[in-house]
Amino acid sequence: MTPTTHATQRQPRWLRSWWYHAAFYAQTWRGSVASSILFPILYLASLGVGVGHLVTAHTGLVEGQTYLHFIAPSLLATTTMQLGEGESLWPVLASVKWIRTYHAAAATPLEPDDILFGKLAWVATRAFVTSIIYTIIVGCFGALTSWWSLTLPLIGVLITLAFSAPLVAYAAAAQSDASFTTLYRFAFVPMFLFSATFYPVSAYPGYLRPVVQFFPLYHGVALVRAAAYGRGSLAIQLAHVAVLVGLAVTGVLWGRRTMRRRLTD
Amino acid sequence: MTNDYVLEARRLVKRFGDFEAVRGIDLSIERGESFGFLGPNGAGKTSTMRMISAVSQPTEGTITIFGLDPSTHGPEIRQRLGIVPQEDSLELELSVRLNLEMFGRYFDLPRRVVRERATELLEFTQLSERANEKVDNLSGGMKRRLTIARGLINRPEILILDEPTTGLDPQARHLLWDRLYRLKREGVTLIITTHYMDEAEQLCDRLVVMDRGTIVAEGAPRSLIDRYSTREVVELRFASDNHEAFHDRLAPFAERLEILPDRVLLYVHEGDATLREIHASGITPSSALVRRSSLEDVFLHLTGRSLSD
Amino acid sequence: MPTRALPLFGTRRSLRVLERNALVYRSQWLMLLSGFFEPLFYLLSIGIGLNHLVGAISVHGRLVNYATFVAPGMLATSAMNGAMIDSIFNTFFKLKISHTYDALLATPLEVEDVALGEVWWALVRAAIYAASFIVCMVLLGDAGSPWVVLCWPGAILTSFAFSCLGLAACTYIRSWQDFDLVTLVQLPLFLFSATFFPITLYPKWLGAIVSVSPLYQSATLLRGLALGQFDWIMVGRSAYLVILAFVGLHVASRRFRKILTP
Ligand SMILES: Nc1ncnc2c1ncn2[C@@H]1O[C@H](COP(=O)(O)OP(=O)(O)O)[C@@H](O)[C@H]1O
Ligand SMILES: [Mg+2]
Repeated sequence: MTPTTHATQRQPRWLRSWWYHAAFYAQTWRGSVASSILFPILYLASLGVGVGHLVTAHTGLVEGQTYLHFIAPSLLATTTMQLGEGESLWPVLASVKWIRTYHAAAATPLEPDDILFGKLAWVATRAFVTSIIYTIIVGCFGALTSWWSLTLPLIGVLITLAFSAPLVAYAAAAQSDASFTTLYRFAFVPMFLFSATFYPVSAYPGYLRPVVQFFPLYHGVALVRAAAYGRGSLAIQLAHVAVLVGLAVTGVLWGRRTMRRRLTD
Repeated sequence: MTNDYVLEARRLVKRFGDFEAVRGIDLSIERGESFGFLGPNGAGKTSTMRMISAVSQPTEGTITIFGLDPSTHGPEIRQRLGIVPQEDSLELELSVRLNLEMFGRYFDLPRRVVRERATELLEFTQLSERANEKVDNLSGGMKRRLTIARGLINRPEILILDEPTTGLDPQARHLLWDRLYRLKREGVTLIITTHYMDEAEQLCDRLVVMDRGTIVAEGAPRSLIDRYSTREVVELRFASDNHEAFHDRLAPFAERLEILPDRVLLYVHEGDATLREIHASGITPSSALVRRSSLEDVFLHLTGRSLSD
Repeated sequence: MPTRALPLFGTRRSLRVLERNALVYRSQWLMLLSGFFEPLFYLLSIGIGLNHLVGAISVHGRLVNYATFVAPGMLATSAMNGAMIDSIFNTFFKLKISHTYDALLATPLEVEDVALGEVWWALVRAAIYAASFIVCMVLLGDAGSPWVVLCWPGAILTSFAFSCLGLAACTYIRSWQDFDLVTLVQLPLFLFSATFFPITLYPKWLGAIVSVSPLYQSATLLRGLALGQFDWIMVGRSAYLVILAFVGLHVASRRFRKILTP
């Protein structure tokens, strides 16, 4: 049998892993696309318009916006966070433990790093597409008033990676999914609720406000609002970006270790 | 002697924490050879296979595959290896064909090539009719065949199979043996682990017996039988349960004697002659059987009868 | 036969399924316990933020703060979600992936017992969860009236209805991807069942559609109970939930039989 020496490396190895994830998704995408279009519309129609009606009647504007326009951008932040969470815990544990498809991939020329980068690149791709859809829908509800809104898809990717990278790293080292539910209950749900997503941070008593800064999502929400309305100082936005980038980078470094350990033990 | 070793390993050790799963083994495998690992569960076969697949890092020792070092040339080596892991690790939600095609892309094979090879391999493993079915719906034997087809998608020079036939029915096993035999004829080097003795005798030119992380014997199947067993075995059963009582009386007839709960085994050169002598001496077993010695006798002799796992 | 307690819907043996689940989940009691915190977080968040953004809302002439208005709806929603996850997700896993039921059916248990047993189990969990939710409501001052204790049976009834419906739906699920469809049903139910604002805010035609939603019926029922505002429509609402439950259970039993003993 002739050796396969054609290996001219047309495609970098991590891209093959990205391609694999994409091809897998291509088989299973239908439901998730439907919900990623319907969800923001229904959500904004219900909470934004419905509850917004009550808020307008009682309070008027929130931070200078109608309630609908106030919560619409933050939806992008919470959704990209949830995308990062959902793509990273169970699917990764399944691939390294239950179905072991990452082990199968590691038996090909791919290295653990390639598998990790391919995965994260794929999650980022999904975040990008989802963010574009959300940006358009949020825009249709009239909540985008600045050209900075064009950066929303990139911010969405950043938020997703800030969650996905550390969680992939964590899941690659996990022995069971027992801790995942606890993570949801005690980290993700509170973060979702208390990151000034549904009401301005001024609703908190003064001593609590700095605490909110510890929620990574808070930085995402703040960044997304700033881009939507083109408001706030650039320096502060860069600080938000730095926090999210820091999380993503830490996650990648950690993931390179856990993935290697898991796949080459 | 030209030593055309495609794979060499020296003093391989694999530790998981404090536990030493592989304890310093040496291997040299020639191109075109089919090489077997025989051993009870937990002997360290899978750990060894994963190291010589350039997947897992040895704790100590060196490996060269195709003359390359896996720790620095992993991707180049794996480009030329086919690996069939002990567990199938297939995408259950996807079709049979897609499993092959998507996997082929990991080797950077052009789409057209992957498609052609997938068709060929489905034919080769007799899965063509199920090509568009979800893997989840396949039987265990079909999944195993698909995993083997997957391992062949890059036309490997060495095919490494970890317990390829465990859990399969006899038909599926024979089909697999036939396919592996054909690959061997085409010059593919086969490395196989198994705990089926007949499989090892059928497929392997040379094999090692592993036990508790070490190699306890090495050689061609027939030479191992010659070395570690006698030509024939006489199996005797007695009406009485107390087989131990026969030990002293039977010992003079055999090179080696083994008392089991249900029968007594005598390792001898000429089974029929021995049986006649036993009858002549007035011992009356309730049943007697003379058979050729097999690899199983070697295996049990070397690794013991108690469960190690 | 004396074991035929509920001839249409399985026998007392179904309690064995409950025991099995309780045993399997025994190691996860901590998780069950931690479920207490979820409603606490939700109610706390609404109490902190939305209470003063939205202000007081009038329910049948009584002005209540927003958290008090929303809490019963959230209780109904969480009863629905819990029941759906248990009866769709977990049951799908046992039915089609791990084949747990095949082993159960190799015993004197009948298919109907298995279906009913799953419902018992869902109810036990629902009861624990609803109780902790109500405790949270009381702790955070969102209770409305002492009658809030009646929300307990009300929430259990809600879980009963949704777990039976979920069990029926589960049998139609072919693969994990179909769970997206479940979300597509769950989501509009959640967002448009007048849980977050009064139904009167909807245009008339939409209000008519919303009133068919079992979650709307349950949320309204629970709100009435929590505020101690009783009326005869409550009987109608409860009856609606009971009917849905029995229809669901009936379909589920038949479908279970078809799948497990083809
Ligand atoms: N990842 C691991 N972590 C800890 N112990 C392991 C791991 N993999 C294998 N072992 C242990 O190493 C021993 C040898 O295992 P293995 O190589 O799978 O044997 P075999 O394939 O011969 O049955 C077993 O006792 C097993 O429990
Ligand atoms: Mg093994």
